[in-house]
Amino acid sequence: MQKTSAEISGMGHSMKRKEDSRFIQGKGNYVDDVNLPGMVYGHMVRSPYAHARLKSINTDAAKKVPGVLAIITGEDLAKANLAWMPTLSNDKQMVLATGKVLFQAQEVAFVVAEDRYAAADAAELVEVEYEELPVLVDPHKAMDADAPLLREDRTEKNNHIFHWEVGDKAATDKAFKEAAVVSKVNALSPRCHPAPLETCGCVADFNKATEKLTVWLTSQAPHVHRTVFALVGGIPEQNIRIISPDIGGGFGNKVPVYPGYVCAVVASLTLGLPVKWIETRSENLQSTGFARDYHMTAEIAADKEGKVKALRVKTLADHGAFNAAAQPTKFPAGLFSICTGSYEFPQSFCEVDGVYTNKAPGGIAYRCSFRVTEAAYLIERAMDVLADDLKMDPVELRKKNFVPAAKFPYKSPLGWTYDSGDYHAAMKLALDTIGYDALLKEQAEKRKKGELMGIGISSFTEIVGAGPAHTFDILGIKMFDSAEIRIHPTGKAICRMGTKSQGQGHETTYAQIVAQELGIPAKDVQVEEGDTDTAPYGLGTYASRSTPTSGAATAMAARKIKEKARKIAAFLLEVSEQDLEWEPGKFFVKGAPSKAKTIQEIAFAAYTNIPPGLEAGLEAVDYYDPPNLTFPFGTYIAVVDIDKGTGEIKVRRFVAVDDCGNIINPMIVEGQIHGGLTEGFAIAFMQEIGYDESGNVQGGTFMDYLIPTAVETPHWETGKTTTPSPHHPFGAKGIGESPNVGSPAAFVNAVVDALSHLGVKHIDMPITPWKVWNILKEKGITG
Amino acid sequence: MIPPAFEYLRPKTVPEAVALLQQHGDDAKILSGGQSLIPMMKLRLARPSHLIDINRISGLAYIKEDGGFLKIGGLTREAELEGSDVVRAKYPLLLDTATVIADPQVRNLATVGGNLAHGDPANDHPATMLALGVQIVATGAKGARVIAIDDFFVSLFTTSLQHDEILTEIRIPSPPPRSGGAYVKLERKVGDFATAAVAVQLTLDDKGAVQKAGIGLTNVGATPIRAKSAEDALRGKKLDAATIGQAAQLAADAAQPGSDLRGPAEYKKGLIKELTKRALTRAAERAGK
Amino acid sequence: MAKKELIKLKINGKEREAAAEPRLLLVHFIREALGLTGTHVGCDTSNCGACTVIMNGKTVKSCTVFAVQADGAEVMTVEGLLQNGALHPLQEGFKEEHGLQCGFCTPGMLMSTYALLQKNPQPSEEQIRWGISGNLCRCTGYQNIVKAVQFASKKMAQGGK
Repeated sequence: MQKTSAEISGMGHSMKRKEDSRFIQGKGNYVDDVNLPGMVYGHMVRSPYAHARLKSINTDAAKKVPGVLAIITGEDLAKANLAWMPTLSNDKQMVLATGKVLFQAQEVAFVVAEDRYAAADAAELVEVEYEELPVLVDPHKAMDADAPLLREDRTEKNNHIFHWEVGDKAATDKAFKEAAVVSKVNALSPRCHPAPLETCGCVADFNKATEKLTVWLTSQAPHVHRTVFALVGGIPEQNIRIISPDIGGGFGNKVPVYPGYVCAVVASLTLGLPVKWIETRSENLQSTGFARDYHMTAEIAADKEGKVKALRVKTLADHGAFNAAAQPTKFPAGLFSICTGSYEFPQSFCEVDGVYTNKAPGGIAYRCSFRVTEAAYLIERAMDVLADDLKMDPVELRKKNFVPAAKFPYKSPLGWTYDSGDYHAAMKLALDTIGYDALLKEQAEKRKKGELMGIGISSFTEIVGAGPAHTFDILGIKMFDSAEIRIHPTGKAICRMGTKSQGQGHETTYAQIVAQELGIPAKDVQVEEGDTDTAPYGLGTYASRSTPTSGAATAMAARKIKEKARKIAAFLLEVSEQDLEWEPGKFFVKGAPSKAKTIQEIAFAAYTNIPPGLEAGLEAVDYYDPPNLTFPFGTYIAVVDIDKGTGEIKVRRFVAVDDCGNIINPMIVEGQIHGGLTEGFAIAFMQEIGYDESGNVQGGTFMDYLIPTAVETPHWETGKTTTPSPHHPFGAKGIGESPNVGSPAAFVNAVVDALSHLGVKHIDMPITPWKVWNILKEKGITG
Repeated sequence: MIPPAFEYLRPKTVPEAVALLQQHGDDAKILSGGQSLIPMMKLRLARPSHLIDINRISGLAYIKEDGGFLKIGGLTREAELEGSDVVRAKYPLLLDTATVIADPQVRNLATVGGNLAHGDPANDHPATMLALGVQIVATGAKGARVIAIDDFFVSLFTTSLQHDEILTEIRIPSPPPRSGGAYVKLERKVGDFATAAVAVQLTLDDKGAVQKAGIGLTNVGATPIRAKSAEDALRGKKLDAATIGQAAQLAADAAQPGSDLRGPAEYKKGLIKELTKRALTRAAERAGK
Repeated sequence: MAKKELIKLKINGKEREAAAEPRLLLVHFIREALGLTGTHVGCDTSNCGACTVIMNGKTVKSCTVFAVQADGAEVMTVEGLLQNGALHPLQEGFKEEHGLQCGFCTPGMLMSTYALLQKNPQPSEEQIRWGISGNLCRCTGYQNIVKAVQFASKKMAQGGK
């Protein structure tokens, strides 16, 4: 790919972000910043119980609070057939409870008042009478004969949601029977939460005169949300405008439709006033899309030399009270079947069962392309257990089993076709950077002195960028994505996409793609997303799909424009199209470079000097259906030291080598890696949304759901290899999620490695100091 | 989250504030730094009818050496401790503590008096003040009285302050030569309450033996705990490994932690043992200098 | 409802006043009564620091202060950083070093680091990390925020303000 000048700043330039100017001046426009004349506020009344029959709701006292305008209950919604709404996973979910509540913090009533203080006061006065029911917390007990039935609304009178399996069971079982070595690990990927710093919220504004509903919404997928509102609410789709303003982080949390949004819309329809609803942090953690909660078992069959023969995976998925996972229709366990990872398994079989419990509904793909994080964690953990069983170096074991670079595109036994990869190269760079051999020596010496140090490796493979449309859809809507580019007469441009940035820097990176393709300086390209009245339809930003889909669409739309530009240039230069050559920013006549027309001159001509037979204007739209997913990968290495007295773990070093194909903006890619690693670090060591026996949520506030500060967060070292995607228009993959997908296993592997000589094979996340201390105590090392 | 409504009162003097407390009864609360109270009000765990804001009362914020004490005004902000030359020079235990309370913004408002008067065993100053053997000055309608810190913490969130009294001063005995202290806290992350923490204040004699020891424990019981038997075990002894180990075990025995998200009780006892060793070692190093 | 009090304060150098119930949190006063929405709310338990402003020279979490307490105070918010239309070196630093992604924590970070540099113009990396330990960021992993502060520190030492 031809590198453009700094002035143009196409691909590969670390261009400073265009969006930053407003954010550093406090001029971002987040949903809570939207302030409309006459706007009123909603506040949710929530259940204190995890499972209880709703006996009565008395709103008399609440209605007397000055400023209260309306109180909506599930019974009210039921009259409009809105008490339930569909989830993104072929299930349904209560908007406001009718009959009973199924998790603590479930939505029970919606209070609307003139200001948020009055709404909060009134919400406290809504009297709800509950009759407690037996609570189901442990997913392992969900299918027991004596388990309480949670979902009385379903035809199936049990708590089972789905069984899903993939792979050749018979062949896999046979391989296990014949194997010299079988290793096994039970690993929990605990329930955690994306917790973007901005919580979810909306402002719903129904204009009774025009019958137009405008909703400012914290949405990663505004177009899909518009369609959902149209289908659920019966509002003609052209009368709904969703605006995703600046989004304060999403990480998957802002993909689903939440009850608060629906209530705000209903309240606005009823009152004819703009209604704002912004959830609190506690509401965010306790009721909106959690992630993970996968209870997994992996077995690897191998020969004595460590060559793997088969992988068998069995998983129990806890979805909470409603299956509100946000994932493609045909994949109830998402892309979990990427669990063979970077390794050449001849056979594999994978099965997942989903169950209901009395917990918040989900689970969403938290900085993850639909359960890839769980899969990557499992296989990277299982490979380490196998290495330990075989007394092999985990690096050697991985190298021995990597899919070799020459074998791409590689078809995995569970059905994926990996587009490209060079796993050995990434591993080598990571080992060289961290100085692996010296670390091994240091570890051996430390062990002699009784000191605990561990090295953890993770050589993950990601799968991102859904579609293709023939396989992937959400609610039937195919997972393409779009871009529309218009070149103005002065050669500047505006483009709009079906995706929506939540901090990823789309206003910069999409502009750089246009700059690369058309030679228009990126600073002259305005990028706009999130307004469904103006942007082309798209599925949104999650699953690292923006660059693979809308990024590709941007390149394709730009290429359409370039073809027309070529015609105009030929006309202007009075030569045939075949006589023209392109360099970024201009067409020139072959062999006569001074005879040239810049893209700006061509754009001007498109409006002022239109060639005969051509339409005026210079614009294009592209709806891009990717032929395959992309498969980013990398090797991460963590080095940890353990304090024997307290169980504290210090991450001394962390090297992340990523390969995401061709890079648009290296600065932004590095920033994504830093952020994702920090989230992975938190998941490995600090975070869990737990529940006690009564279904009370633990870790439901930032007091106990721990977000690392700058002090705990390690210093990150990054490196890259570049293996372009062969099918993507400019060879890019995706990067936002790799660090979150790949890093938890590196951290856990490092801690387990530090303790492996004591016979420790696995510790479940989050690995807290007390868990480590308990092990050390058990082994007689401390206490 | 939204705090419940209250009447706001802003007295200009301590007697005025005390009179307001008497006038409005048990539902009236003092607003000092507000860094514990306001979060509790936002969660609606506290709903005072009246808030008596003492922040405009002059003369309640100071750090000064006077009459054999370091006197700290009740309204002194935590951040002031960090910035105080005398604290930095002579009260390492206090400095250690002040730097690990909550986070920088909270320390800019939170007050030393409030940290104690809240009666929360998870707060950091209580253990420190127990180790330092301080006196608390409480001012009420009849004037000021002095409460020994050992008599101050009654039960969870309850101190021996009367409802109409305000904590106006903390008096820390000036440490003799060869004194040193240390606060060692294990927290899950910066800004968290301690999983467990140990405050140690030592005075050594000429021969390096312990003349006086104070040990306070954070967040391992319904009240902050003074580990008296551990202190006793140190007196007259040199701080060798055996002595430190014995005191650490006695401190752990004095802890009565519960199990929670920060860890099981047994772990917290183990932590107290380990952190006591570390605090004793650090305090002794500082005392020896 | 308790009666409203008139609150007068100087914010970003301008005298402003508005009536407020005593329980009105300073952050709501700033955002809604005064219309300065750069200051954000990211949690309800005084943990995240997105609401950090500078009150009488010190950083505070404006979600944990009542507006009445700021009566008569001098308050600075992110909107006050711009000087004569020019970016403050910290603002430049955040942009140059990619110290922000979603931008939600940025105003609070800017306030905390502004106060830090006032007190300690040349902080070490460790001092910067402790200085922002009351501000949570979910996007950057803090590394580039540290660099942003170092950028500003250097620039200010060279006379950039």
